[in-house]
Amino acid sequence: MKAKEKLSFALLRHWGPVLLLAVIFLLAPQVLTEFRLSQLGKFLTFAIVAVGLDLIWGYGGMLSLGQGLFFGLGAYGFAMYLKLQASGDKIPDFMFWSGLKSLPWFWQPFQTPLFAIVAALIIPALLAGVLGYFLFRSRVQGVYFSIITQALTLLTSIWFIGQQAYTGGTNGITNLGSAKVFGYSLLSSQAQHGFYYLTAFCLLGVYILGRWLTSSRFGRLLVALRDDESRVRFLGYDPVVIKTLVFALSAMIAALAGMLFVPQVGIISPSSMGVVPSIEMVVWVALGGRSTLLGAILGALAVNYGKSFFSESYPDIWQTFLGLLFIGSVLFFPTGVLGALKSATARLRTLAAFWVVRPGLAESHKPRATHALPEVVLPTMSQRVEGGSS
Amino acid sequence: MNVQTHNRPEKILDVQNVTVSFDGFKALDGLDFSIQKGELRFVIGPNGAGKTTLLDVATGKTRPASGKVIFNGGVDVAHEMEHTLVRKGLSRKFQTPSVFGSLSVYENLEATVGFNDPTLSLLRGLTREEEALIHDTLALIGLMDRMQVKAGILAHGEKQWLEIGMLLVQKPSLLLLDEPVAGMTRQERNRTGELLQSIAHRCSVVVVEHDMEFVRNFAKTVTVLHLGQMLCEGAVEDVQRDERVVKVYLGRAHA
Ligand SMILES: Nc1ncnc2c1ncn2[C@@H]1O[C@H](COP(=O)(O)OP(=O)(O)OP(=O)(O)O)[C@@H](O)[C@H]1O
Ligand SMILES: [Mg+2]
Repeated sequence: MKAKEKLSFALLRHWGPVLLLAVIFLLAPQVLTEFRLSQLGKFLTFAIVAVGLDLIWGYGGMLSLGQGLFFGLGAYGFAMYLKLQASGDKIPDFMFWSGLKSLPWFWQPFQTPLFAIVAALIIPALLAGVLGYFLFRSRVQGVYFSIITQALTLLTSIWFIGQQAYTGGTNGITNLGSAKVFGYSLLSSQAQHGFYYLTAFCLLGVYILGRWLTSSRFGRLLVALRDDESRVRFLGYDPVVIKTLVFALSAMIAALAGMLFVPQVGIISPSSMGVVPSIEMVVWVALGGRSTLLGAILGALAVNYGKSFFSESYPDIWQTFLGLLFIGSVLFFPTGVLGALKSATARLRTLAAFWVVRPGLAESHKPRATHALPEVVLPTMSQRVEGGSS
Repeated sequence: MNVQTHNRPEKILDVQNVTVSFDGFKALDGLDFSIQKGELRFVIGPNGAGKTTLLDVATGKTRPASGKVIFNGGVDVAHEMEHTLVRKGLSRKFQTPSVFGSLSVYENLEATVGFNDPTLSLLRGLTREEEALIHDTLALIGLMDRMQVKAGILAHGEKQWLEIGMLLVQKPSLLLLDEPVAGMTRQERNRTGELLQSIAHRCSVVVVEHDMEFVRNFAKTVTVLHLGQMLCEGAVEDVQRDERVVKVYLGRAHA
């Protein structure tokens, strides 16, 4: 009986918060206006990116500044399909304006939705896989990895701006309104609701995938790699394989988010795939709490709601505020808000245990004990360990 | 190669004329050193003698300036990566215990068991054989009733045992241990000594050690290193009486 209670309590603690979020996300369409719903849908795609980034950065210790790039590639891939759909039998408007007469060869296969979807997921994953393989094989680590991924992001976004005729240049791919999905116009509320639900399900799926991965032996080795790579080598594992796989997976997750972003926002342009968005993604995860997948989701939502609140009310100070928030969180909550909450509850639990075990002491020394407790009693062994494992 | 193995006992590790220099300082100086299959060998020597460097060279961590290291008859260590060497059966314990502190004892062993499988198989649970192997190992290293404990809060000696256990689940053919009893109480040292002797039935073992009492109690054959060279080698009783050894050790006894 007792064990059963304990088990269900553990289940609740593990899955409760996510279940709550899932219910909120699924009920949202009943409550929110179309505008607010599509805003939430957009933020949920960001949350998907954050989960992928948490896998590679939070668990794997590789700070990728290329997530915006992979997000963008996924978005462009699916936008190409929608654009062709929207253009009917003409070539896309921006190609026409740039003087192209016919559809470029590499655009052709994107007329097939299945090809577009697969390509939008696989190309970013392959890019990350190949780049990762060579970087990790030459033992590029830490800040060098970040700089290289950032450079690639910068180069690609500049290159996309330059290729006006093939990518839509600075404006990106837009005017997707007349595209149809499953017979519905893209802008219809049926299609928009459909994409919203799809996004919510993908987020849930990606989260569960992350939970499964990080609790497997693979996930433990990933953390071990983060903490001491050479140790893992001398246990007979090849870090290159593990790291490359995770990098490719996180890229694919970002690409999935990009694909879901485009139909709900109606545009993808280089400004959504560049250096700044990639850094913002890092901020979401840092703020929410690294290596707590749920924290990454909450971080993405909180920062983006904050951003929209501030940029609706005080557009000028948003950037400054975000910067301050980031610095503040790194200084005061190095493990993110969720990480800080976790250790706070651990502290409370230790405190509670203390009073339960020694009620007599609580009675007789109440005034002094309450005063002295937080400093003296709290850093017990069990607590330090819990802190270490999170 | 096969012809040779018929005539003499096989060498599991063969260090041939190896020199390692750090900015001109020779940590190993033309060292020849070999271990037969099934042997339990102790390597001793004062601080800075080159013992750890010898293990570094044997595991490919440090590349020698000259000379060659051959593992298991045909594997040239210079051509291997750290992890491929482990997969071929050469495991090593470092001087400072390095277990994964945030994982439990059991999880530490669990994380080491799949090193030879394809990476994606790390996503599945353990097979029954693997579980049995882990339990046998827990029994052997005496941590059965500590298996749920986080490795970070283990006592120093227990960490050393756990680390040895992590190597044992990999069923190595040669185990290199760098100062496994450093910092242990006498009781723990004796337990470790017995553990080493029972491990020696399964694979060849090289133990680097400082503690002379421990060596006297548990070693049969001993190699003494000094200034990157072999000072002498032989049965522990003979080595103890060797004048050069006495000099090296007394000269620096409490340095
Ligand atoms: N990476 C390095 N760079 C420079 N010098 C080194 C390096 N590694 C070892 N040495 C030097 O090489 C010599 C041999 O070191 P080694 O660690 O092999 O000694 P040891 O016999 O293991 O000593 P101890 O008993 O203290 O562990 C020492 O003088 C040491 O300072
Ligand atoms: Mg040493």
